[in-house]
Amino acid sequence: MGRDVTIVDSGGANIASLRFALERLGARVELTTDAGRLRAAERVILPGVGAAADAMERLRWRGLDDVIPALEQPVLGICLGMQLLGRSSAEDDADCLGVLPLAAERLPAAAGHPVPNMGWLRLEGLVDHPLLHGLDDGSWFYFVHSYALPVDELCLARARHAEQFCAVIARDNFCATQFHPERSAADGARLLRNFLELAA
Amino acid sequence: MRDGQVVKGVQFRNHRVVGDILELAERYTREQADELVFYDITASPDGRSVDRRWVTDVARVLNIPFAVAGGIRSVADAEEVLNRGADKISINSPALVDPDLIGRLARRFGSQCVVIGIDSRAQDDGWRVYKFTGDPERTTAAERDTLDWVREVQERGAGEIVLNCMNQDGVRSGYDVEQLAAARAACRVPLIASGGAGAAEHFASVFADAGVDGALAASVFHSGELPIGRLKRFLAARGVDVRT
Repeated sequence: MGRDVTIVDSGGANIASLRFALERLGARVELTTDAGRLRAAERVILPGVGAAADAMERLRWRGLDDVIPALEQPVLGICLGMQLLGRSSAEDDADCLGVLPLAAERLPAAAGHPVPNMGWLRLEGLVDHPLLHGLDDGSWFYFVHSYALPVDELCLARARHAEQFCAVIARDNFCATQFHPERSAADGARLLRNFLELAA
Repeated sequence: MRDGQVVKGVQFRNHRVVGDILELAERYTREQADELVFYDITASPDGRSVDRRWVTDVARVLNIPFAVAGGIRSVADAEEVLNRGADKISINSPALVDPDLIGRLARRFGSQCVVIGIDSRAQDDGWRVYKFTGDPERTTAAERDTLDWVREVQERGAGEIVLNCMNQDGVRSGYDVEQLAAARAACRVPLIASGGAGAAEHFASVFADAGVDGALAASVFHSGELPIGRLKRFLAARGVDVRT
């Protein structure tokens, strides 16, 4: 496909699997924490593992808390990266990037629904959006998380743990998934390909 | 896994080569496996550090989650495996030798990627944990009651437990539903059944009667005798909620 993707190097493990998933789609992948490179990127992925406050601290230290919200090219947040695009997170009461007017909440635990939520869930209520082309209600995706953004009119799809939460969201050039598309088999690859094909 | 090749034994003895890792990994992805576990059985008994380049090779081709088990004795070992692209690390004997390791791993990487593997066998007075099961010469019973260990590893930060019932391993006569149901009652994190799967019926009964979150198998899939797609259709028809 020959698309360029720049991944914000958030310093955690699990960036390797994201890189490999993009490379399987023919993308050229660059990892960086450099503000200039992010501004110049064709498209940007904000991954994230670990705790919200730590991740925000690392972004602030690099000055990226101002750079990322101002990006105009397609941006995809994944997992914690989605929560960081929100206003804040209940995890350590962290202030986040404020791209999305929502606050990440802790998943409620319930019998049969342990937290962290780890495993495959179906998407529900899919909205027609280029990021979700070729995917349907009932598509399965792989989740690993303890916090999530609430269901909102910006949601493109929901999933259900003990309660429903926002699984996919978009606003302007920013979009995000709570699940890991890089670990979600063929449907995950389809979503990443859709992201690579979003008009830059 | 042993020296970069996939092997499978019967009751932890007589391991034989069943195929190249990457070929098998790709086959299981096509067949809709939900997750793969790679046990490096050479690692723990030999007490040596292992060449883990194969983890990167696997991560490059797999688009489903996978865990690596075997020889992970430290935070540094775990970090290498995770940086190479594994989603989870599974710890067995080293957790028995050094239980604090579980907490150190959970604090560093989060509970979600810390799986504790338990090899367990029925005794007259319940179930006992075994260690160093990769090597028949060194396999020993730890002085631990299985259900006590199930509770302890959760308190220490385990995010998932794979309970491998050794009496059943590789003999394909069905999961040890009684033991798994007892473990379920003591386990609030995801519990994965292992050991004894030989037919689709065995999977249906371990989900229905032991309430496990997942079922792991090797022989029955490696041999091609029970294709995962067919198994999943069977389970869906029996009312088990599976990804198809």
